[in-house]
Amino acid sequence: MSAILPPAERLWWKHPLDRVEGTWIVIAFVWCMIMFAMMVGWHIYGKQNLSTETYKTTPELFGKKAQDVVDKYTVRKETDREIPVVHPPPGSDVYLVARLWDWWPIIELEKDQTYKLHLTSMDYNHGFSLQPVNINIQVVPGYEHVIKMTPNQAGTFSIVCNEFCGIGHANMAGRIYVK
Amino acid sequence: MSTTYRTCPRSGLQFELQAERLMLANAVAAVVFLLVGGILAVGVVLTRWPAVHWLSADAFYMVLTAHGIDMLIFWIIFFEMAVLYFCSSTLLRCRIATPRMAWLGFALMLIGAVTNNIAVFRGSSSVMMTSYVPMMAEPAFYLGLILFAVGALIGCFVFLGTLVVAKREKTYQGSIPLVTFGAVTATIIAVFTITSGAIILIPTFLMSVGIVKEVDPLVYRTIWWAFGHSSQQINVAAHISIWYAIAAICFGAKPMSERVSRGAFLLYILFLQLASAHHLLADPGMSTEWKVVNTSYFMYFAVLASMIHGLTIPGAIEVAQREKGYTKGLFEWLRKAPWGNPVFSGMFISLIGFGFLGGISGVMMGTEQLNMLIHNTIYVPGHFHATVVVGTTLSFMALTYFLIPVLFKREMINPGLAKLQPYMFGLSMYFFCLVMMGAGTLGVARRHWDMTMGGSPLAYEFPGAAYLMMGLVGIAGIAAILGGAIYIYITVGSLLWGKKLEPGVQTTQTIPLPKTPMPNVVIQSHGSSGFAAPGTFALAMVFLVSFVLYYFINWKYLSQVWGLS
Ligand code: HEM
Ligand SMILES: [Cu+2]
Ligand SMILES: [Cu+2]
Repeated sequence: MSAILPPAERLWWKHPLDRVEGTWIVIAFVWCMIMFAMMVGWHIYGKQNLSTETYKTTPELFGKKAQDVVDKYTVRKETDREIPVVHPPPGSDVYLVARLWDWWPIIELEKDQTYKLHLTSMDYNHGFSLQPVNINIQVVPGYEHVIKMTPNQAGTFSIVCNEFCGIGHANMAGRIYVK
Repeated sequence: MSTTYRTCPRSGLQFELQAERLMLANAVAAVVFLLVGGILAVGVVLTRWPAVHWLSADAFYMVLTAHGIDMLIFWIIFFEMAVLYFCSSTLLRCRIATPRMAWLGFALMLIGAVTNNIAVFRGSSSVMMTSYVPMMAEPAFYLGLILFAVGALIGCFVFLGTLVVAKREKTYQGSIPLVTFGAVTATIIAVFTITSGAIILIPTFLMSVGIVKEVDPLVYRTIWWAFGHSSQQINVAAHISIWYAIAAICFGAKPMSERVSRGAFLLYILFLQLASAHHLLADPGMSTEWKVVNTSYFMYFAVLASMIHGLTIPGAIEVAQREKGYTKGLFEWLRKAPWGNPVFSGMFISLIGFGFLGGISGVMMGTEQLNMLIHNTIYVPGHFHATVVVGTTLSFMALTYFLIPVLFKREMINPGLAKLQPYMFGLSMYFFCLVMMGAGTLGVARRHWDMTMGGSPLAYEFPGAAYLMMGLVGIAGIAAILGGAIYIYITVGSLLWGKKLEPGVQTTQTIPLPKTPMPNVVIQSHGSSGFAAPGTFALAMVFLVSFVLYYFINWKYLSQVWGLS
């Protein structure tokens, strides 16, 4: 009469439940339904839901679109690598390129305005990790992910790469300013 | 093939010769990979400790790739093969089906594991265990994994075949034991899992040798995780079966209700396959509906199953202890448990850590929106070291202490040290997981060589608290590695120079299991209101409150970050 022996009762499935088990199953079930409802409910009432708008793309295609935005909205250049800082108008499309091993270009946004951020990778998988906000999104090559983003605080934010992408992975940094 | 059986005088279990040898071989191979993985852990942990920052970047990524694979795949699956043979041949007292095939499976697994390790240590396959395309490893890397998987699949079929043999030769009466039922669950999930692994690794192997042009990166991630995550469910089913087994061995505990426990295993089979989704919550491509349904294993039914096991196992122990007369208050049964027996203490530390640390964090991470807060941060290894190390690895260690005299026929060397080992390993792992989760909450990335980001002008300056947490990860990690080293010392030492014990009576025929006698007391007679395990219920309520609080704290945190839609 133990878990390593065959059950004593042939009709073990007719054995009545103990109240401890029965009560716990009900509580656990209710909690599971609450958790499920939270996910669904947040899509209706919550303000942080990851968009699933996705297009197939290629490095050439995406690179060209990103270049157009850079040509149009660059306001200055930063660091000794002369990385362009783009300041696109609120509501517009912003392109961020992930590649070995940087995030390009630097983006300047306005607080409480919404932008459509287009993300893709030119090579391997990368990880978009916005710090210190702690929003983390996978960046997959061949797929253009369009995310509507509304910064709610001003400041300087860093993008850390948090998907392993080769030897330079740990140095792969980017920046977003919010004014 | 003629064979013999021996009845172990210490446990009453009957071992068939071939099965016994297979278990021994698989267990030894497992421990060797644990040793290798453990040595590699030193490199990983001393590099991630910012003040030490030991290895160079390329060495670190190589070592981390090998650590992940040797631990998660080779250590665990070799040990699981031993568990499968134990749950079939030993518990059902029958010969093992097709022992030659079982040895072939073992050989393939061993060759595969060695091939893969060679590829990794040659240095051009530092792609991490997930090997996301289009980053490519050497062909031998994939080939090794494929061979290993085929070997494991053969092992699964030998297990299923053995069940058929037992049934046909009537070595037991009625239904199979609960523990064997759990092993069946693990095997069914394993067959699904390994098939998914083959579907994605074979084209990737062909891509690495230039036959296939391209494997789509998103398709790869989706199918790879159908393999990668479902295989964690094999571990869960396996270590939960071991918890039930240890409760039975140490206390004679009987499941509170067979129906509930088996039903919970059934939920695993039905819903665990969906788990791939929770690795893709932060990915492009999949629809929201797909993510929500799948990440919750269809409305959290698999979580429900785990919550049920989490109650019924300590509940069964409580009932057994109360029957022995430990009935004072809510917790006398627990206080009077054999805390000095590493078989029990390992199992209990594993159960509590798995539930509180691994379970709660896992559900948080697997919530569609909350996942964005921690995806790919070091929170993730924090979570899975609570599941796969505290949960699976520590249960395997606890079971080993039982098997040393029973299966290895050796007296355990240094029992005093063995008594300490589960505490040292388990509790330092608890702390290790907590500080990793803490660091992840502060944004520290996983698989990342350098928190200072090489002084890049755009680098994020992590707060001092994040550095402190990573320092604590280093200290706790080293303590855990020492705990693991003690386990290996005791296991290998007992095998090599432990006092030989008497093997027991040999027979040429199996002695079938007698019919299990009906218990004379009905469980329902416990307590005033038929509440058989009030102490366990109280613990479960503590668990629930922690769970609810932590879950909603994270929603609160999410509500403050940038708007996303
Ligand atoms: C004994 C002490 C152990 C220590 C100190 C340790 C330490 C670590 C650390 C710090 C990481 C994260 C590194 C990073 O992402 O940058 C890691 C990753 C990992 N560990 Fe462990 N570990 C131990 C045991 C185990 C065991 C027993 C298992 C499996 C059963 C395991 C499986 C893994 C896996 C799968 C990874 C992920 C590798 C990847 O990201 O590809 N570890 N370990
Ligand atoms: Cu990257
Ligand atoms: Cu990276």
